[in-house]
Amino acid sequence: MTYALETRGLDKHFGGLHVTRDLSLKIAPGARHALIGPNGAGKTTVINQLTGVLEPSAGRILLEGQDITDLPVHKRVLRGLSRTFQINQLYPDLTPLETIGLAVSERLGGGGNWWRRMGTRDDINAEIAETLERFRLLDVMNDRTSTLPYGKQRLLEIAVAIAAKPRVLLLDEPAAGVPEGERKDILAAVAALPRDVTVLLIEHDMDLVFSFADRISVLVSGALLVEGAPDEVARDPQVKAVYLGEAA
Amino acid sequence: MTTNAQTEVGFHARQHGRWHWSEFAFWIVVLAVGLAFPSRYLIMTEILRLALFALSLDLILGYAGIVSLGHAAFFGVGAYCAGLLSVHGLINEPVLALIVAGLAATVLGFATSFLVIRGADLTRLMVTLGIALLMEALAERFSNITGGTDGLQGIDIQPIFGVFAFDMFGKTGFFYALAVLFVLFLLARMIVHSPFGLSLRAIKNNPLRAAAIGIPVNKRLIAIYTVAAFYAGIAGALFTQTTALASLDVFSFERSADLVLMLVIGGSGYLYGGLIGAAVFRMLQELFQWITPQYWMFWIGLVLVVIVLVGRHRIHAYALWLPNLVLRQIAGRKAAVALTDNEAP
Repeated sequence: MTYALETRGLDKHFGGLHVTRDLSLKIAPGARHALIGPNGAGKTTVINQLTGVLEPSAGRILLEGQDITDLPVHKRVLRGLSRTFQINQLYPDLTPLETIGLAVSERLGGGGNWWRRMGTRDDINAEIAETLERFRLLDVMNDRTSTLPYGKQRLLEIAVAIAAKPRVLLLDEPAAGVPEGERKDILAAVAALPRDVTVLLIEHDMDLVFSFADRISVLVSGALLVEGAPDEVARDPQVKAVYLGEAA
Repeated sequence: MTTNAQTEVGFHARQHGRWHWSEFAFWIVVLAVGLAFPSRYLIMTEILRLALFALSLDLILGYAGIVSLGHAAFFGVGAYCAGLLSVHGLINEPVLALIVAGLAATVLGFATSFLVIRGADLTRLMVTLGIALLMEALAERFSNITGGTDGLQGIDIQPIFGVFAFDMFGKTGFFYALAVLFVLFLLARMIVHSPFGLSLRAIKNNPLRAAAIGIPVNKRLIAIYTVAAFYAGIAGALFTQTTALASLDVFSFERSADLVLMLVIGGSGYLYGGLIGAAVFRMLQELFQWITPQYWMFWIGLVLVVIVLVGRHRIHAYALWLPNLVLRQIAGRKAAVALTDNEAP
């Protein structure tokens, strides 16, 4: 079977530091897969290798059966692999309208147009409107991103990733730092993702993980410890010892 | 409802690129000043050349966030190219020669862009500075071609389109420079309000996120750096054509550094900053040279320090306080000029 996303023997060293150890992940199409592990387990390093920000020391990465290990970041996005960041990575001086507009323009192949004004393509406008509406950002679409409340910025962070219409979406702690009141908007946005989009979720919040994921991989010290359905993982004595035990 | 949202999105997306009435006012004032002071064509032409040169730096600094201390490299290539085309009688029609000179600078811009897009600001400062120094040294070394320290001899610029001859008062030169500046300004305006232009601002804001939504960051930076080189080359060629001079100082460090001052004075990232900055810089220079011929640099330095410390936004706010007050009383408008200025470089 062709997996939506697969790693084969992924390995990463930073000098003497071994942060990813022979990691082979297989994520089925349409899965809601969670990658959990204690602090410092190397979760974000894995994401950075999947997206091309970091180059793995060894191993291959396959997106829908195609080797993407050597592709630069932006080409992976155009192949359908998109991500959100644990710490918001937005454009402080741009508006949500411009931010989403850029993502849509790039995907529909109008991003390099220098002769056309922004806002003159109806198909792009329609998608921007649809995305802003879905994430309840229409009312703030002309505000500078740096002036938005944190919860709205977090929504925008997810909206940008989804505006790229990914087939595989990597969510790096989507609810991190969001105040309780604004949290449900984020969770609703995550839950409302189209079923055919494969999601890999990295999260500390166990409630979110167990309510969302249908499969969980536990990462400890850069290596895969256990993988299975949520109830299997929850029952696993190793996981309890290493991870849940630590939290209790 | 969704159709409404779509229309609204389209409207607001286009809003940024819409002509503001203050822009019309700006160009009318420029034309009026040109017509009002026929005895000052030479200095006004110089301001127009500087303005075009500053516009070039604004494209990379104000929009893409690429700092440069060596923009004179392209100015110099354009200047020498225009001069050589004339001296050897290769292309006698000035507009065509101008374009060819601009393209020569474009080639150098494209070739060096690969060095410049690597690394952070400090690296870029050093690389651009280095390239300009290299060009200056090469021009001196090959003095048989460039005329070395004596400059290029025997530049004679033919009439534009074979009709408009350059006159000793500089009238033709002025309107020629104004036309070139205006056309290239329109092109720059189109570029910065396009999806391409917006992607440059995105890269300046956050290159990590820009790549993560599918923007080919390096490709875009190479493209705009190359375009900026073309603009600077045209500015250099205008210099040669309107002064009939080309000497080694076209590559000088001062030329590149002054350019950064102009953008600091005028503000970067809204296209008019370079034009306003060039005019203010040149007028200040004239004023200070008149007050104290020997130590005018002192005053320029002082102005620079004050601008950076007080902050241009505050200075603009003070300068626009009275016009805004009047406009509010008369027209009920919110502001005379809405600057969408980014932070100072």
